[in-house]
Amino acid sequence: MDDSARLAEIIAAHAGEEGALLPILHDVRAAFGCIARAAQADIAQALNLSRAEVHGVIGFYHDFTETPDPRPLVELCRAEACQARGVEALVAAAERAAGARVRIGKVWCLGLCSVGPNARIGDDVHARLDEARLVALVAGA
Amino acid sequence: MLTEPQPYAPQADFGTPEAVSETMVALTIDGRRLTVPAGTSVMRAAALAGGAIPRLCATDSLAAFGSCRLCLVEIDGMKGTPASCTTPVAEGMAVRTQTPRLQRLRRGVMELTISDHPLDCLTCSASNDCELQDAAAQVGLRDVRYGYAGANHLDAAADASNPYFAFDPAKCIVCSRCVRACDEVQGTFALTIAGRGFDSQVSPGGESFLGSECVSCGACVAACPTAALEEKSIAAIGKPERAVITTCAYCGVGCAFRAELRGEQLVRMVPWKDGKANHGHSCVKGRFAWGYAHHRDRITTPMIRERIDQPWREVGWDEALGFAAARLKEIKARHGAQALGGITSSRCTNEETFLVQKLVRAGFGSNNVDTCARVCHSPTGYGLKATFGTSAGTQDFDSVMAADVILVIGANPTDAHPVFASRLKQRLRQGAKLIVVDPRRIDLVRSPHVAAAHHLALQPGTNVAVLTAMAHVIVTEGLVDEGFIAARCERDEYQDWARFVCEPRHSPEALAAVTRVPAGDLRAAARLFASQRNGAIYYGLGVTEHSQGSSTVMAIANLAMATGNIGRAGVGVNPLRGQNNVQGACDMGSFPHELSGYRHISDGATRALFEKDWGVALDPDPGLRIPDMLDAARDGSFRALYIQGEDILQSDPDTHHVAAGLAAMECVIVHDLFLNETASYAHVFLPGSSFLEKTGTFTNAERRIQMVRRVMTPANGLEDWEVTQALARALGLDWRYDSSAAIMDEIARLTPSFAGVSHERLDAEGSLQWPVDAAHPDGSPVMHVDGFVPGPNGKGRGKFVVTDYIPTDERTGLRFPLLLTTGRILSQYNVGAQTRRTDNSIWHEEDLLEIHPTDAESRGLAEGDRARLASRTGETTLRVHVTERVAPGVVYTTFHHPATQANVVTTDYSDWATNCPEYKVTAVQVTPSNGPSAWQEDYADLTARARRIAPAA
Repeated sequence: MDDSARLAEIIAAHAGEEGALLPILHDVRAAFGCIARAAQADIAQALNLSRAEVHGVIGFYHDFTETPDPRPLVELCRAEACQARGVEALVAAAERAAGARVRIGKVWCLGLCSVGPNARIGDDVHARLDEARLVALVAGA
Repeated sequence: MLTEPQPYAPQADFGTPEAVSETMVALTIDGRRLTVPAGTSVMRAAALAGGAIPRLCATDSLAAFGSCRLCLVEIDGMKGTPASCTTPVAEGMAVRTQTPRLQRLRRGVMELTISDHPLDCLTCSASNDCELQDAAAQVGLRDVRYGYAGANHLDAAADASNPYFAFDPAKCIVCSRCVRACDEVQGTFALTIAGRGFDSQVSPGGESFLGSECVSCGACVAACPTAALEEKSIAAIGKPERAVITTCAYCGVGCAFRAELRGEQLVRMVPWKDGKANHGHSCVKGRFAWGYAHHRDRITTPMIRERIDQPWREVGWDEALGFAAARLKEIKARHGAQALGGITSSRCTNEETFLVQKLVRAGFGSNNVDTCARVCHSPTGYGLKATFGTSAGTQDFDSVMAADVILVIGANPTDAHPVFASRLKQRLRQGAKLIVVDPRRIDLVRSPHVAAAHHLALQPGTNVAVLTAMAHVIVTEGLVDEGFIAARCERDEYQDWARFVCEPRHSPEALAAVTRVPAGDLRAAARLFASQRNGAIYYGLGVTEHSQGSSTVMAIANLAMATGNIGRAGVGVNPLRGQNNVQGACDMGSFPHELSGYRHISDGATRALFEKDWGVALDPDPGLRIPDMLDAARDGSFRALYIQGEDILQSDPDTHHVAAGLAAMECVIVHDLFLNETASYAHVFLPGSSFLEKTGTFTNAERRIQMVRRVMTPANGLEDWEVTQALARALGLDWRYDSSAAIMDEIARLTPSFAGVSHERLDAEGSLQWPVDAAHPDGSPVMHVDGFVPGPNGKGRGKFVVTDYIPTDERTGLRFPLLLTTGRILSQYNVGAQTRRTDNSIWHEEDLLEIHPTDAESRGLAEGDRARLASRTGETTLRVHVTERVAPGVVYTTFHHPATQANVVTTDYSDWATNCPEYKVTAVQVTPSNGPSAWQEDYADLTARARRIAPAA
């Protein structure tokens, strides 16, 4: 199936839903790794929104991008509780381990404040990180 | 008073929109007691009380937003410091707008804002006209604790892609006013806030302004509190020093503008908030496309020539007028008065139009006067007079905000009447239902946040069949408003009509074969229209410019009466007038059979009134219409024509026929801004004045009479009415008008529906909607409120007229299998004489032929290919745009460019009642082509020769 057919299928799957934009954007991101400009125009057309509105929503969420980044992503919580539990001291090591191969992202609270520092890779959340565990996670990402 | 130029000051801004309520609320603001309508914001109440709470994100054209946190106030009994823009007033409320705590909070907000704003006020183009500067002064900002060294946007790149305004993100404070103006006011949704937090930036969807969905209406520029979005002319010239209120000279919406000047240099046109047609909104034409008034092509010296194959000779006014008068007299002596005629313009003022028809009737001695409404809304005049008794739209534009279902037929408001379209879209976003009847999928059918409930994509030329089928459904299914008909309409005529539409041959099923509209859709649309409380019908030239144009207008009127949709807000029959003063030109007696106020020339009492006032005898027989004048010219019986402000060669159908008629005349006098296409056949050229250079009145589509005010000295030295008066005097008439106000006094004296109109009153009241007479001393926003207004011949009862569908003689066949229909585009205006001479051409450089993919493919045509467009009448070439907006079998183009000359192709078929040309239906063939047609080459050559001006001796 080519990309435009896949996109049409995603849009069709949400036809008639109230507030279909975010579910569509999630599915498109899952399928293509990004939401390309051409796809934005198709989504806008389908939902009877302007291209600018779709662009504005995509720009608001860090998870949505216009170009794909195939590198694995390790999201490190940098919010207050994890800071209190020492996450900032781990950042340099994580970035060294990541090099150019892995992307280290910032998130602001994964909801596990008592067991930080925490990180997320895909849908998996990792708690009680120290430098060694974090570097291993990054290396294995 | 609006008469005197005002020293420049921005228009008052009350922060949040006006609230309309019967309930009044009393409160105290800073110890001052006041009473305002319920729903008013504290901010607006304070502004009404003469105060000014500092604010940045609030402006009274937009709903309150509450984001800048500068307008905080203290209210007794309320916790914290609520934002005054989002807090409605309440009975007994006590508000304090200035306390030490508020001052501290506001300074803190301003410090944050200013820490990311360039401190170049002295060289900033908005200097001294900047709300950020004002707010800084109001809160007493003296320093910025955060310094200026932190992260900022000062190096962000400006976007100057739009020809008229620039966006400088460095000066943007991200108040979202522009985004909201685009959404709420214009309804295009072309702007957004990209990013979040500190990275937030106004963005036209990540594209350049020019490449984005932006339609350049200027609403964002008007809403911007800083220099972030600003007219380029302000940067180039400087802050205006005075403002004159005037009326736009483009379409029939009639937007009021503030012309803002330095000296006599126009700096910008800003939509006037108190304009009752536009309420502070504008489109790309009125707002920005006024540069033509100073274009180098403008002719400001009179010119004459013996024969049209000679170069023009520049002469003084006296010589030009003497030459013209001598020729006119000589022709009249030789061939009689019937050999002379004139054409008035819907582009000129009421006063000028009135004078031209007076010159023809009283000076030339014939009734051979016609106007460009002949080729646009003459069927409206005929059809509405026949049914309602008065030839005018029934509503004001505000009425649309009370409509529950809106039927748009043969009109494309987002392109041709954009400011009205924005209001219509506001109402649709509030939930009103929309039915579109149009062969093309116009933007209203589906565009962001607007979608038609039904789009009946009919075959061009079948309007009457569709409307009759809708009436069939409404009558046979018992959806008729019997009470309205019994109270207000002629009973017998209704019954005849009802019997007629009930015939099985008028059912949607029976007519689907000709209309190509699925019967189920049509039935659903008819039920929707009849079932809602308020149903309003808006139509344009897609209704009138047909062989059955007058029938369609009457079918629309029938539908409105049958459903009881006349005589209150939210309903009615609304012709969207193409030109600024079509309504006025028709009102002023521009048609050969009518004196002003739609009174027939054969009516002895009316004629006697004019004869007494003018001191001449008038011909009791109607004169020639434009096509008749051209025919008579070829026969040799018509020889002289005075044309004010109209380009019939380009705008009228069957260009060859027009050219041959003009070429046969001995004295063609063209009175215009430019050497237009018609001027190639002229012997006398009288330079005209632009709407910026004269005083008078325009009457818009809602019958609203508004002042046009002289903003600068005419480039040619004379206003157009002065030129007509000088020509009359050269012919020996003793005309002595000392101002256009004196002409309006004569109009009011001789025209019952204008009895209460004068420039003095318009200056005081802003505008008046006719009739303004003893029964309606303050004018008539909605007509036929307690019954139909008795017209000159009407009895004040609505008349149903049987409208049988008769197919046009223009048929498709083997040689010409496609139907061509024509229309307009947002950025260009009519024949383009004005807009082509502005930067608007960046959006529309040439006329394109829209063709469906299947029709394109079968002809081997791809996007952008040059194609030959041929009809039985003629042929031209243009590039194709392949699109599903048109149905298979239908092609569409615009007529803005003389190089294309779409009217070479259109036929001379016309409306049976009024001769309004059938522009909207021409059988054509489209084939690939690799160069201009023979006509295009010949024409380019002819034009070049005809425009030669002899060097000064």
